[in-house]
Amino acid sequence: MGLTDFIRQLLAAVWRRPAGRVGLSTLGIVLIAALAAPPFLPDPAAQPDIVEQASLPPGAGHPFGTDQLSRDILARVAWGGRISLAVAGLAVVLSATIGAGVGLVAGYLGGLVDTALMRLVDAALAIPRLFILLLLLVVWERIPLPALILILGTTGWFGTSRLVRGEVLRLRHEPFVTGAEALGARRTRVMFRHLFPNTLGPLLVAATLGVGEVILLEAGLSFLGLGIQPPTPSWGGMILDAKPVLITAPWTGLFPGLAIVVTVLAVNLVGDALAGAVNPRES
Amino acid sequence: MASGTGVVHPVTRWLLRRAAQAGVTLVVVTVLLFFLMRLAPGDPLGQLGDERQYTQAQLAVLRHLYHTDQPLLRQLASWAMALLHGDLGSSFSEHRPVTALIAERLPATLQLGGTVLLVNFTLGLWLGAVQAVRRGGWIDRWLTTLSLAGFAMPSFWLGLMLAWLVGVKWRLLPPGGIANPLLGPDTPWWILATDRLAHLILPAATLVIVSIAITMRYQRRAMLEVLPLPYIVAARAKGLPESVVRRHHAWRNALFPVLTLVGLWLPILVTGSVFVEAVFAWPGLGSLAAEAIGRRDYPLLMGTGMLVSAMVIGGGLLTDVAYALLDPRVRWA
Repeated sequence: MGLTDFIRQLLAAVWRRPAGRVGLSTLGIVLIAALAAPPFLPDPAAQPDIVEQASLPPGAGHPFGTDQLSRDILARVAWGGRISLAVAGLAVVLSATIGAGVGLVAGYLGGLVDTALMRLVDAALAIPRLFILLLLLVVWERIPLPALILILGTTGWFGTSRLVRGEVLRLRHEPFVTGAEALGARRTRVMFRHLFPNTLGPLLVAATLGVGEVILLEAGLSFLGLGIQPPTPSWGGMILDAKPVLITAPWTGLFPGLAIVVTVLAVNLVGDALAGAVNPRES
Repeated sequence: MASGTGVVHPVTRWLLRRAAQAGVTLVVVTVLLFFLMRLAPGDPLGQLGDERQYTQAQLAVLRHLYHTDQPLLRQLASWAMALLHGDLGSSFSEHRPVTALIAERLPATLQLGGTVLLVNFTLGLWLGAVQAVRRGGWIDRWLTTLSLAGFAMPSFWLGLMLAWLVGVKWRLLPPGGIANPLLGPDTPWWILATDRLAHLILPAATLVIVSIAITMRYQRRAMLEVLPLPYIVAARAKGLPESVVRRHHAWRNALFPVLTLVGLWLPILVTGSVFVEAVFAWPGLGSLAAEAIGRRDYPLLMGTGMLVSAMVIGGGLLTDVAYALLDPRVRWA
């Protein structure tokens, strides 16, 4: 069974669940809006008229209103979504890759390697991820986007590695593994050709739920001024901008927050449905 | 470890091993936190030079004062030694011991965190049980959807919206702070208490809303695992009323897995309180950390990070111990 078939089957299984269907279609709408809408919307950096058009409430022309710099909120939410989703997606791909690698190595090689890696993971999991990120990010005056993605990606693999290791421990004495070993397959081949494909299900579930977590974390960091830097629009950064004017122009903070809630909820619904499809006992 | 003594009770041996493991984790955390901070290019005091226009000579004095002019491993050693003496170093911005700053802010955080823990668990365990009993029904589905929506909310956004709506627009509750500063010391105690409570509601509600989904989900799953077991069937067969079966037979046994939650739940509470305390101007550890970010105060950030990690490790250890003492089946796993 090829990888595309596997993913198609999983998506079909998600679609069969009502919650998964809601999640997938919402996520589809969010993705289309983020990818297709920006060209049709006003330039998110444009400040057409800071006297006449600043802090307009939602209405014709500006469905979500404008902010205190007269920028169109809908355009900034759409652009911010593009960036938030890209950051979360890339960071999760990175952390899933590292987590899978570490988990495979620790679980398959065992012994001292396993003990050392897992003690490290225990410790890393004991420090709340936000504090790790804060300590890494505070040194940057204005962090470049690639560095932010790298930092988010390299701090998210601890749980994943433990999960993959567990799967490897469960599978490593199965006949297909001992068979491959008996045929003289090298350790890397056993790990990546035989064990890895069998951990894909739980790995995908963890990665999907990880996307929701990273969207929230990135929004929080941007809200603290440590994440995506202005004038690049981001959902968390927009809420930070809205904070001082919330009383007079609440819509400037309302819509970016709603965008986060809808997106993260959709991602988590898909993740839950995936978990149910991968492991039917769970639901 | 205990293998040489021979006759140590297996449970004691298990507990000792678990405690030793927690100790190792704590040591690794200490080293990790230290290197996380020192991963920064340059040294932490270099930025003070940019921002406050210190001269090279002044910076050298400061570096000597905070030991950042020494080799890394020696810095690690002196930091670890100080830690063993309960000393977390001095804050860059306040020039006061980090432990003193933390001690000042701890009561407010414990007050907020304790309230959230209490409400989250009573409400979450009850709602999760309701869901399990009515599995698949509309109550179950709606509660799942609502709690997941709460879980998807950024705590700072929810806090801002509640402060704006309830605090500013409707004027029902104070939008921030821990107490009304205009109330004098001769105010009757019940007015002071109501004032405190009114300030507590919004931040606590925010944290409960974003975190209750986990409690509910665990409780629901635990109940669903217990409900089909033979002893429940037997209890029903004896003719016991359904309410007694649910409360005394099912609910009690479903409580054990929920204990595991404390370990999962503490980091979420801590993360949430950094944002929620900052939004509501709640003078606790979370807002202390948020202030430390603004002032790039490493020792303060590391001190709070260290405390929080120690709490997470201690929480995990306590959970396992409680588990082992309460549920004999676990010790042999």
